[in-house]
Amino acid sequence: MSKHARHLRGLTIATLVFFLAGLALTFFYAPDDVNQGFAQKIFYIHVPLAIVSLCGYVLGGVFGVIHLRTRERIWDLRSYTAIHMSLIFSVGGLLSGAIWAKVAWGHWWVWSEPTLVSYLIVVLLFCTYQPLRFSIEDPERQSMYASVFSVVAGAFVPLNFLIVRLSEAFVHPRVLNLEGGTLPGSMALAFYVMVIAVALLFATLMKFEMLAKETRGQTRRLRRKLLGDDAVAPVGRSAAPL
Amino acid sequence: MSGATEVETASAGASADTPRPPGTLATAAAILRKDLTVELRTFETVPAMAIFTVATFVIFHFGLQRDTLSGQLAAGVLAVSLLFAAILGTNRLFVAEREQGGFDGFLLAPVDRSAMFLAKAAALFLYMAVLELVAVPAFALFAGPPRLGSALGGLVLFLALADIAFAVIGTLVSALAVHTRARDLIGPIIGLPLQIPALICFALGTGHLFTLHGSQTPPGEWLLILGLYDVVNALLAYAVFDFLLEE
Amino acid sequence: MVHALTHVVYTTPRLVRVRSACVGAIELTGLTRRFGERLVLNGLSLSVPAGASLAVLGRNGAGKTTLLRVLATLLAPHAGNVSVLGEELPRRGWAVRGRLGFLGHEPLLYRELSGRENLSYHARLHGVGPQRVEQVLAAVGMARRGDDPVRSLSRGMVQRLAVARAVLHAPEILLLDEPRSNLDPAGSELIEGLIGRPAGLTRVLTSHDPEAALAEADLVLALEGGRAAYLGAPEGIDAAQIKELYR
Repeated sequence: MSKHARHLRGLTIATLVFFLAGLALTFFYAPDDVNQGFAQKIFYIHVPLAIVSLCGYVLGGVFGVIHLRTRERIWDLRSYTAIHMSLIFSVGGLLSGAIWAKVAWGHWWVWSEPTLVSYLIVVLLFCTYQPLRFSIEDPERQSMYASVFSVVAGAFVPLNFLIVRLSEAFVHPRVLNLEGGTLPGSMALAFYVMVIAVALLFATLMKFEMLAKETRGQTRRLRRKLLGDDAVAPVGRSAAPL
Repeated sequence: MSGATEVETASAGASADTPRPPGTLATAAAILRKDLTVELRTFETVPAMAIFTVATFVIFHFGLQRDTLSGQLAAGVLAVSLLFAAILGTNRLFVAEREQGGFDGFLLAPVDRSAMFLAKAAALFLYMAVLELVAVPAFALFAGPPRLGSALGGLVLFLALADIAFAVIGTLVSALAVHTRARDLIGPIIGLPLQIPALICFALGTGHLFTLHGSQTPPGEWLLILGLYDVVNALLAYAVFDFLLEE
Repeated sequence: MVHALTHVVYTTPRLVRVRSACVGAIELTGLTRRFGERLVLNGLSLSVPAGASLAVLGRNGAGKTTLLRVLATLLAPHAGNVSVLGEELPRRGWAVRGRLGFLGHEPLLYRELSGRENLSYHARLHGVGPQRVEQVLAAVGMARRGDDPVRSLSRGMVQRLAVARAVLHAPEILLLDEPRSNLDPAGSELIEGLIGRPAGLTRVLTSHDPEAALAEADLVLALEGGRAAYLGAPEGIDAAQIKELYR
């Protein structure tokens, strides 16, 4: 059995449990926000999505470093899957962020919120990961270059947040802080459970994708062995490692 | 042990004066010298960058419909024009190496591979510096920002630090993109987001210089952050660059 | 057998390395290189003694160029052991890099630079003095046209310059991929002393003309689909087999 299949069932069940608990806490336990009312509930999915996807990008960079050091293809696959999943989570994060901004400030997009702006820059950068991979034909070079990209871009995530936040701090000094320490206890509980639920979802989906990729590769190898190398059509160009 | 002596004498006989491989800096100097010779002969990169920048100023004039620019607007126009020119130079940085076998020729030599990064980043930095000798006077002429004369010292500091960021990130991105099929597209789309923090520092810092009642001294915090961004990226690029030269 | 075993066990690693250098300048065991899923070289094993010439035959895509690029340290093997001049590749690639002369399909010369400038650049990378540049330039009969840009030279002249570049640092092993392409008989004569049998160096060469390659080889390797279809003395392979190989 593949090592990606290990713990997959347990992980899936844990994800489900945490998600149900998180949603229940969000809607039935945590109080409505004083200013924003019921609409503020989107905060409980938006912020976890954003946090987990950012961690996923950095994780992709860490896997990239290991790939460059060990040259084992499995780390390239891990790096690819982490970034791929993060991109999907980012789309959710940006959409929910836009909805929240509309409800809270009356605009779909606000430039004065440094977290949102730096998040957009990071997503823009990682959007180029797939095109970069896709336009390198040699699979070995593709994995090497993708890892170099993931390392540089992974380090860019915290740097970029720091600089964008400083720019706002210097230009519009303010004390208001949207997320962080000021959450009342019941809100904080629901929020943290949702963070764990989204993180578990990330891990589960990552494992599923890696398992699928590995199974596809194994099927191909078997077919090549059984039918002969020439009978199996060559792999088309792909952004995904095989 | 007799075998060992035999081999050593054989190799000593093959080369009368044994070649001594150059160090990293000497190698980088050789590559830089070669690149500058080619540039001086073909005038392919820097003049194109300069014309592009001046054209961008003109386009901004029509886009913004302002005869003079000041403050943040002036700084933004300058920063964006220079960034786009840097992207233009970045695209061409490794083309000759790829198309004329420069990578293979370099990889066959017993030298430190990081020298290629140093040389290319230095070349891009020099291209940007020469470009700015044209671009800054042109900017003064077309945009007429207030107090440019007294702000010149601070501006030069900002330009130098921004050029390092453009050169370091540009070299890395160019090496990343040069082996892709769509390198003219892949390079800029990776490069632009990576350059945004440098652009923020440069634009906000110089915006302060171009305001009518701003202080004479350049805002130190932006110089510091820009410098830190340069250092972090240079170390990072230096660490990963070797992997891009392997096949 | 027992004697041989104790010999291997009790010699120091350094001595073993030196000994392997005496056994053969090039030693391959099970060399495998893939491109994606396709095996370009499939378990290739051979040994080339110092001073011998190995001719590599095979149709296009048989793996000739890949083999040469692996030996030149430009490509890393995916499996098997490669030892060149007693150094294990790719781990100790840097130790052999300056001792190999590689002449591939591409001349590895910058088109905008002159022959003399190109050779000076490579001389700096290899730590070779300027007088050696003049020496090889004269040897390939290019001293007079040495200051013309490479783009203005005929293909035969470019090939002669490429030969000069390959032997510039007095290598101990020559890796020659169709060295006589684009050369007329006079040009071919001119480079004979540098890269032909009279040079007395260990050579691995491919040729578009199998008969000519056989004539100057001590060993022949016929590649078919990345495997050795024949490996042995040139006398052991006949015209019919060669015809079959290129069919």
